[in-house]
Amino acid sequence: MSKVFSVEPPALSPQGDSDRSRRWRRVRRIVALPIAALALAGCTVPTFGASPGATTSSRSTYHLWQGFSIGAVIVGGFTTLLILWAVFKYRRKSDRIPKQSQYHIPLEMTYTIVPVIIVLGLFAATMVVENKEVANPKTNVTINVNAFQWGWKFTYPGQNVVVVGQTTQDPVMVMPVNTNVHINLTSSDVIHGFYVHAFNFSRYALPGVLNQFTLRAVNTGTFDGQCTQLCGLYHSLMVFRVKVVSQSEYAAWLTSNASVSAALAAQAATKQQTSSNVPTRSTKSEGNN
Amino acid sequence: MTDVLDPPIATEHDDHDHEEHHGPTGILKWMTSTDHKVIGMSYTVTAVIMMVIGGALAEVIRAQLTTSNNSLVSFAQYNELFTMHGSVMIYLFVGPFAFGALANIIVPIQIGAPDMAFPRLNALSYWLYLTGSITMLSGFFVAGGAANFGWVAYAPLSNSINTPGAGADLWIGGLLLTGFSAIFTGVNLCATIFYLRAPGMTMFRMPIFTWNLLITAILILLAFPVLTAGLIMLYCDRHFGTHIFSVQGGGVPVLWQHIFWFWGHPEVYILALPFFGMVTEIIAVFSRKPVFGYKGMVFATLSIGALSLGVWAHHMFTTGVVLLPFFSIMSLLIAVPTGIKMFNWIGTMWRGEVWFSTAMLMAVGFLITFLIGGLTGIYLASPPLDFFTHDTYFVVAHFHSIVMALVLGAMGGLYYWGPKITGYLLNETIGKVQFWFLFIGTQVFTLPMYLLGLRGMPRRVATYALHPGWQFLNQVSTVGAILIGISTVAFMVNIVYSWKKYPAGDNPWDAHTLEWFTTSPPPHHNFYRLPQIRSERPTWDYNHPGHTAAEHGHHHEHQGEHHDEVPVA
Amino acid sequence: MRTEAKVLLSLGLFFGVMSVVYWNWGHENAGSVMMFAGMLLCFVPGSYYYWWSRRMRARPEDDPNATQAQGAGVVGAFPGTSIWPFTLGMGAFFVVLALVFGIWFLIPGLGLVVWALFGGTAEGRRGGTH
Repeated sequence: MSKVFSVEPPALSPQGDSDRSRRWRRVRRIVALPIAALALAGCTVPTFGASPGATTSSRSTYHLWQGFSIGAVIVGGFTTLLILWAVFKYRRKSDRIPKQSQYHIPLEMTYTIVPVIIVLGLFAATMVVENKEVANPKTNVTINVNAFQWGWKFTYPGQNVVVVGQTTQDPVMVMPVNTNVHINLTSSDVIHGFYVHAFNFSRYALPGVLNQFTLRAVNTGTFDGQCTQLCGLYHSLMVFRVKVVSQSEYAAWLTSNASVSAALAAQAATKQQTSSNVPTRSTKSEGNN
Repeated sequence: MTDVLDPPIATEHDDHDHEEHHGPTGILKWMTSTDHKVIGMSYTVTAVIMMVIGGALAEVIRAQLTTSNNSLVSFAQYNELFTMHGSVMIYLFVGPFAFGALANIIVPIQIGAPDMAFPRLNALSYWLYLTGSITMLSGFFVAGGAANFGWVAYAPLSNSINTPGAGADLWIGGLLLTGFSAIFTGVNLCATIFYLRAPGMTMFRMPIFTWNLLITAILILLAFPVLTAGLIMLYCDRHFGTHIFSVQGGGVPVLWQHIFWFWGHPEVYILALPFFGMVTEIIAVFSRKPVFGYKGMVFATLSIGALSLGVWAHHMFTTGVVLLPFFSIMSLLIAVPTGIKMFNWIGTMWRGEVWFSTAMLMAVGFLITFLIGGLTGIYLASPPLDFFTHDTYFVVAHFHSIVMALVLGAMGGLYYWGPKITGYLLNETIGKVQFWFLFIGTQVFTLPMYLLGLRGMPRRVATYALHPGWQFLNQVSTVGAILIGISTVAFMVNIVYSWKKYPAGDNPWDAHTLEWFTTSPPPHHNFYRLPQIRSERPTWDYNHPGHTAAEHGHHHEHQGEHHDEVPVA
Repeated sequence: MRTEAKVLLSLGLFFGVMSVVYWNWGHENAGSVMMFAGMLLCFVPGSYYYWWSRRMRARPEDDPNATQAQGAGVVGAFPGTSIWPFTLGMGAFFVVLALVFGIWFLIPGLGLVVWALFGGTAEGRRGGTH
């Protein structure tokens, strides 16, 4: 190799040096601006388009979102400014051939190492939130969610309550607030996506796989949910709702719906030919097609 | 051989020289040519036609989503539309354009080769690409319509029970053909770059475009066979009663996702790296400076290639059955070499003399669009944020930012290399109009989709109920899609308007690399003569002997030496 | 030749390390096998190039000080026009159509493929021209 890495002399000329430091001061001022703005804003960190949501994990996801967004705005803003600066400052004015500089090892090392540090920081933050989210704390409320083409079945094991709804009749999943609710997610046929926007969360319902996670709602209310993974013709209509109620309302709802749901479930079971309430292996049948 | 201007490098069999130069013309020339420039032109034209078809499908999709509960197309038609839009754009436009079209024409010339290493294999690649495209698109004309399981064809939706009909099989068949086409092109590029470089063109003097194509070719060879194998498995599941991806027979649906994305993520870089290369060349030439951090750029590209094979399951975070931390850190790490590239591009412009031709505008548009797409990609490497945004319009917006950046790069490449290939420049004014429509259209098109995703709109839905803000954002996005459509029309108008109007000359941009040393269009076997190759910018060094790259502090002492070594001619 | 070998071998090494790490961490078969195969795919040509790079003199394209005259001579045989890639491509097209529309498409498909193989080979023996 004829080329060798070599460090460019730090100062080419006194003029260039002062030029650089002046520019550096300007860059520092530009970078300092959004940080100062953030500090002024105090605890009201912008939402960056997301919302805190209604569960504990949706909140931690939201905070992670804010953290990533602050990083993205700073890095993106800085890079955009650099691009625009280069574009406007160095527009061609003459046929002059500029200095043919090609390497600046300290600079190149900087923009290698700084991104590595940023990325490791993002990864650490990710791991903290992720470990919280995938943890399965002890719980006494379990809901079996079964997705099928094109609807949802929510079974409350031991409570004799089943909620089924297809395409136009949106089923409602009722769950108590401030309680760890364990979800067993399965699919009867193809892959579906269990997605509740207010929970900032989605998970695939896979045939042949039992996906488990825990939701802990902190707000009451009714939230929209929808299948996010393309599952065939009526994918767009595969919506459901989640109703988070107080614990007493939840208990009342369970008792009042036990008998109704049983009848409904029997009816649905014959229609769907779905026999098991907790299908850990797929219970797909030709009837769904 | 002696009747040619005595090139020391072009060689072919003596007896048939004349036949070659007075060979078949018209359609027979197109069918029988093994010249990489003719094949590359065929690739370019076919790929641009595919872009127009894919774009037309996209416009229908956007029209359907303009209002809530719209019924312009049926659910079934909508599923076909987005499946074929994605398939046409990824399999038939961006990929073949990246490694088949401009690469085919430019890479051999950039390294001083007379042709690709295997010219007939190269021709076969094109025919497989063309027939594969016809096969896939013909799905629209069979009973049951085209494939409708999304461009990712997740099992078990893609099995014969859920998706019967010939459209799906045509999709698989078309993909098999284009897959083999890509593999052959990969072999060809590797062999060409390893064996046909001109004297003095060492590996670390290859232009960045060629380096990127080399790594693309290696990735093609690593990734595409996996896809081909997966497609054969899928076909067997559909027709021969195997149960590789179906639960009923003891198969594993997620295996398809592993196979698909093991191809699919390297594919993202197979699509992107050639355009990175184009943009690198354009930025360096129009800033009149060498590529800043050339070696760092090469190592960054190599590490992107290496990492890209270990990140596939970040598409599968929400399956709940993949190793989250491993894929998270690997995916995040790809941001580092990508960032290096970004700063190298800026460093190349820094203190340069930036000339805003259309090609350079497209390249700067690429930088900004790619920055948006790249930064939003970092979110998706974090599993909790992926749970939040997966399969919503946020993801759609993210990869459309990336792919539209690639389209900007592709257009830049066409404006930059078009004169070399055809001998004629395109009109700059229309080009700039096209740029502004394309660039503004892209942002108007993608930015509302990010918000739609954050507000919970899932992807691949044919209709949506009236949600606050969804309809307005969709309408803004549709406006963006129309602007992009206008830019495509402007491009077509420009081709017609500029047809053989502005002769380009050999080196209209005062460019750096070997392709600008030869004539426009290059002769058969590319070169009459070659300059001495002492850096990755042989043409620049030849034209500006006093301005070689200042990498050593004492470099200027050697200038005279460089000056004396004039080309053999 | 040495740089080419190093590129492939270092990629292969990375994939090898990754496949081991991934297997020990995740115990997931498909990905581990595919990454391991990726390593092999880099090692096979990489080690071949490395083996050769130690046994041959630097080629003109590996020599930073080479002159163009050093590249004089026959680079290789480049065919003129050839109809056989088209024939082979059409054959493959019909074979794929057989997967979709019925086995009888194999008759023209395989016919064209075999014809192209014979024709192309014969053309190659004559030196890449008609």
